[in-house]
Amino acid sequence: MGKTTESSRADGLKLPIYMDNHATTRTDPRVLEAMLPYFTETFGNAASRNHEFGWVAEQAVEQARTEIAKLIGATAKEIIFTSGATESDNLAIKGVAEMYREKGDHIITQATEHKAVLDSCKRLEKRGYRVTWLPVQKDGRIDVDDLKRAIDDKTILVTIMAANNEIGVLQPIREIGAICHERGVLFHSDAVQAIGKVPFNVGEDNVDIASISAHKFYGPKGVGALYVRRKNPRVQLAAQIDGGGHERGMRSGTLNVPGIVGLGKACEIAAAEMADEAVKLAALRERLKTAIMGRLDEVYINGSMEHRLPGNLNLSFAYVEGESLLMGINDVAVSSGSACTSATLEPSYVLKALGAGDDLAHSSIRFGIGRFNTEAEVDYVARRVVETVNRLRELSPLYEMAKEGVDLKKVHWATEPTQ
Amino acid sequence: MSYSDKVLDHYTNPRNVGSLDKSSPEVGTGLVGAPECGDVMKLQIKVNPETNVIEDAKFKTFGCGSAIASSSLATEWVKGKSIDEALAIRNTDIVKELALPPVKIHCSVLAEDAIRAAISDWKKKNAAEREQEPQDQQR
Repeated sequence: MGKTTESSRADGLKLPIYMDNHATTRTDPRVLEAMLPYFTETFGNAASRNHEFGWVAEQAVEQARTEIAKLIGATAKEIIFTSGATESDNLAIKGVAEMYREKGDHIITQATEHKAVLDSCKRLEKRGYRVTWLPVQKDGRIDVDDLKRAIDDKTILVTIMAANNEIGVLQPIREIGAICHERGVLFHSDAVQAIGKVPFNVGEDNVDIASISAHKFYGPKGVGALYVRRKNPRVQLAAQIDGGGHERGMRSGTLNVPGIVGLGKACEIAAAEMADEAVKLAALRERLKTAIMGRLDEVYINGSMEHRLPGNLNLSFAYVEGESLLMGINDVAVSSGSACTSATLEPSYVLKALGAGDDLAHSSIRFGIGRFNTEAEVDYVARRVVETVNRLRELSPLYEMAKEGVDLKKVHWATEPTQ
Repeated sequence: MSYSDKVLDHYTNPRNVGSLDKSSPEVGTGLVGAPECGDVMKLQIKVNPETNVIEDAKFKTFGCGSAIASSSLATEWVKGKSIDEALAIRNTDIVKELALPPVKIHCSVLAEDAIRAAISDWKKKNAAEREQEPQDQQR
């Protein structure tokens, strides 16, 4: 997209509207305020043990560690700071694989994981590990019986996300964790989309390793964490970045103190406000869903509505291609599973895994409602979506054919160029 | 992804949207692409039987903004052209006119395919009719 100019309207709406909160979130002003002194006044290196600057920085880091631990039911010593979710996922998966190689060579994951998990597993497969890729059901959740059957005596790790980034579907992690513990297998969960949005507790949910990212819940970009269980069982990870031995040797590199302070603050706010916020977001999401689906036919919801992040809505608009829809609602920031919005020219693998069919995958829009969205914004977005879908359907040969009673599934489409 | 002004213009104000009577002998219909590939274009031409000049053209497209723009431009270009002139339109001309980036070249290819498919449909119909005519006379 080109440069967007922000404008204020008579009705008080500020355009463009941001409704892509699974991609990233606006840093909460309270988070930014907490971070600022650590750039300028108290800018020390948390690893400097011999002067005041270092001590102040270290104290701030430890405070943040405590806040994160509190939010997820862990202890401060179980939190390792990283540069974000991708690094956390890589460290968790490759770190376990390398450390437990003598115990086994088998890893289990599932189809709709984030690329940071899928590609880490693929890398291990190339290095000779065995990886089982569990399918998901139509609602986007795995069948835990599939998991039970997949575990063998050489399984060292199960890695399954808490909440999906495209469809917001929550995996049954508590059950998954219980199965893993019963079978003596470590359980890693990419909890990036869930933490700060829905309850997540490493004790109750039986999670051994969890990936966390600050910017997904109103913290800054470029900082994340990994929860690594220290008791029952004590998890060990082979470091993936070597250096000064920071973070108990698991992740070397000078700590991003302002970022870490921001992450801690984001956790503190989430712990206090998450319950109320979830109610508010679910109401906004319902408002959006009703406003769109009440006025358009042939709109399909992707993934379970029951087991879902409160701020997520993922819809497929039959007969309309996703990128052209995004183009029509250019004053609203949302994202699409359409191939045309990606570099690969492949539609969303997440939607394909649900068995949605490529045509509906191309027609999908992800709405990510967040802390700063309002009812007026939701109403505006719904109105723009409805008018644009109607306009594009008038332009769509598929819509015309469907209205004429043609069964599009039975049409012989020339998928190869004619020359 | 940023769009050229011309793509935006065709997307916002598509030319010649609609449908012609596909049963008419003067009309040729091309339907190319596939829903699972994310692009389907229907392009129709109406040909003057005396002069073989394309008098009218209409399209409907399911696809991204560049696909809509490519087919909209194709209808503009074929109008007023003879069949042979229309067959000379190349996808590279469309790429140039709309300043399509490399990932969108397939949209222009599809538009060229649509023109050719419409013409070939028209030719098929009219060849059949020419064969029928003498039979009619025999009766």
